[in-house]
Amino acid sequence: MLRFFLKRLGWMILTVWIVYTVSFFLMRAVPGGPFASEKKIDDAIKRNIEARYKMDRPLYEQYFSHLWSTVQFDFGPSFRLEDYTVNEVIAQGFPVSASLGIFAMVFALTLGMTAGVVSAVRRNSPYDVSFMMLATIGIAVPNFVLASVAVVIFVFMWPLFPAAGWGQLNQIILPALCLGAPFAGYIARLTRTGMLEVLTSDYIRTAYAKGLSTRQVVMRHAMRGGMLPVVSYLGPATAGILTGSLVLERIFALPGMGSHFIEAALTRDYTLCMGMVLIYTVLLFVMNTLVDLSYSIIDPRVDLEDQA
Amino acid sequence: MTDQSTRPHDPRDLEHYATLLENAHREKGISLWKDAWRRLRRNKASMVSLVFLVLLSLSALLTPLLPLQSPVEQHLGDGTFQPPGMTAAHLPLLELRQEYDETIAELDARLDAAETAQQRSELEDELESIVLNSPFERYWNKPGPITRLMIRFRISLFGNWSVPSICGTDNLGRDVFSRLFWGARVSLVVGIVATLVSLLIGVSYGATAGYLGGRVDRIMMRIVDIFYSVPFIFVVIFLITILDEPSIKASLEQFGIDRITIFYFLIGAIYWLTMARVVRGQIISLKNEQFIEAARTIGASRARIIFRHLIPNVMGIVIVYLTLTIPAVMRFEAFLSFLGIGVAPPDVSWGLLVNEGLQDITPIKIYWWSVTFSGLALAMTLFALSFLGDGLRDALDPRMKNR
Repeated sequence: MLRFFLKRLGWMILTVWIVYTVSFFLMRAVPGGPFASEKKIDDAIKRNIEARYKMDRPLYEQYFSHLWSTVQFDFGPSFRLEDYTVNEVIAQGFPVSASLGIFAMVFALTLGMTAGVVSAVRRNSPYDVSFMMLATIGIAVPNFVLASVAVVIFVFMWPLFPAAGWGQLNQIILPALCLGAPFAGYIARLTRTGMLEVLTSDYIRTAYAKGLSTRQVVMRHAMRGGMLPVVSYLGPATAGILTGSLVLERIFALPGMGSHFIEAALTRDYTLCMGMVLIYTVLLFVMNTLVDLSYSIIDPRVDLEDQA
Repeated sequence: MTDQSTRPHDPRDLEHYATLLENAHREKGISLWKDAWRRLRRNKASMVSLVFLVLLSLSALLTPLLPLQSPVEQHLGDGTFQPPGMTAAHLPLLELRQEYDETIAELDARLDAAETAQQRSELEDELESIVLNSPFERYWNKPGPITRLMIRFRISLFGNWSVPSICGTDNLGRDVFSRLFWGARVSLVVGIVATLVSLLIGVSYGATAGYLGGRVDRIMMRIVDIFYSVPFIFVVIFLITILDEPSIKASLEQFGIDRITIFYFLIGAIYWLTMARVVRGQIISLKNEQFIEAARTIGASRARIIFRHLIPNVMGIVIVYLTLTIPAVMRFEAFLSFLGIGVAPPDVSWGLLVNEGLQDITPIKIYWWSVTFSGLALAMTLFALSFLGDGLRDALDPRMKNR
């Protein structure tokens, strides 16, 4: 277990370091440097930036000094927003994005798994057919199209939800639904396939032979095996939800990391952009590690050492 | 057997073998592709998708020939936010073309007659400015030489008539229906070219790793693993931000690299990872298959083994992933364009159209048509592609055979 974590940590450090180095040199590769070429930049910000990035020092020294502060999770001042550091922006956005992501994930899991189990148990029934149709639609339609349609219907035509804003429960439901929908579709499909495979295996027949009810067999015996593909999908799903949040936070004007990131990209706020890319990399790595860990808990045959 | 071999020259036997041989020649084996095609044809959803996609590609290819309204001409004032209807904007295309041709011809004649070098250069400048302000430039967005020819042909074909605004007009009074067609060109080309880039990288990388095996394979696949854990979408957005810096953009444009070209390569460079893994796995499992062994036993050369036995078997799965990568790439392009960091106006793509359409929806008035039609076009294409991909996988996957 400890070895698994250490190995993972090693890979994470390597990956983050590569991402850091590439972004650092790309940023500096802009002719004259992004810090020099901009005329519009505020004097106060410029002084801060120059002091922070040690612009008078040779490049390698800048690289290492910046690396050292980055290791301490200090990403420096924002390039565009006066009086804001990158850390402050991230600290503001993170709780919003995290709660949106968690809501979306919970929604995707409950809806997807329920639909998948029902489809598998009632194979070829109208439930099965319609759930799988819905799943295909959910997967194929891009989430911003889905969100646009949802806004038209549920905000303007039939005003159930507010169009934008943050802070109340009903403001999070619609974005979370739209964000989770494609993943609910995938999870429903995976659950169905996994369950169908498990339901024909010998131990399920044994469980039935013992005289257990269908409910007990499905819930206690089949689910555990049938869930494995879903658990291994959670890693990619996390990455997808992080990406999807970029769009949904923008459509619903939520003040999360995603909208800050896009804003930073549009205004060319290099320091903020870079800090966020690093944070997203770490986040993805941590989530993937957690997923692999939970996978080995559900399926004891999986060796964690091999996963690292 | 022994009986027959003792009298090998019996004419009846020879005849018998000859007919056998002839029959064997006449017996046609069903190739992998024919077999797959037969199975695909039975899959209704896939066939409908295939027909839809072929029609879509054809109409995207031939868009300049179709009697569509101008995708960029604005009708401010009364022309904005026209609901879907049968009103058509009438452009006097025939007259415009004639006027343009006459001006050019006249200038050409004067250029030929010009005597001094100064006169000549003045006339050339004038000619250039007329070409730059031609109706083609005004009503179509940066048409290339082929597109120009097609538009000319279209004017001869349909005259001044064009399809009415059956999908309404947008906030600047531009025809949505026409923008959908021109947007399809960009969306499809990005999808196909970026996928081909990813195919090129992925197949060569995966095949190399799989074929060489051993330590090289381990290192190459470890690199893929590392790449997998990088949130590439964020890195790409960061990259686009940097490449969009005016000074860099200017120097890139000197080499003829515009934003869309950068796009192809950036997107292609992300989506090769899965392809590399799949191809590598396939090559490794095929390398030790019995039919490869058999081919080697009967003395097939290495090149023959690779090109006749390995590649055709990998092609199936590569094509399946190709059809599944195209929608992913198209979705990514739409995603970036939607966020405003992808295809930039005056170019049109479906993602951009959805974005513009969404901005037309306000609590005061719901101009639903722009976002609905572009969203529908995008969703239907993605739908068709994923259905076709699924169908192809079922048709080409040997495990599904004869089921």
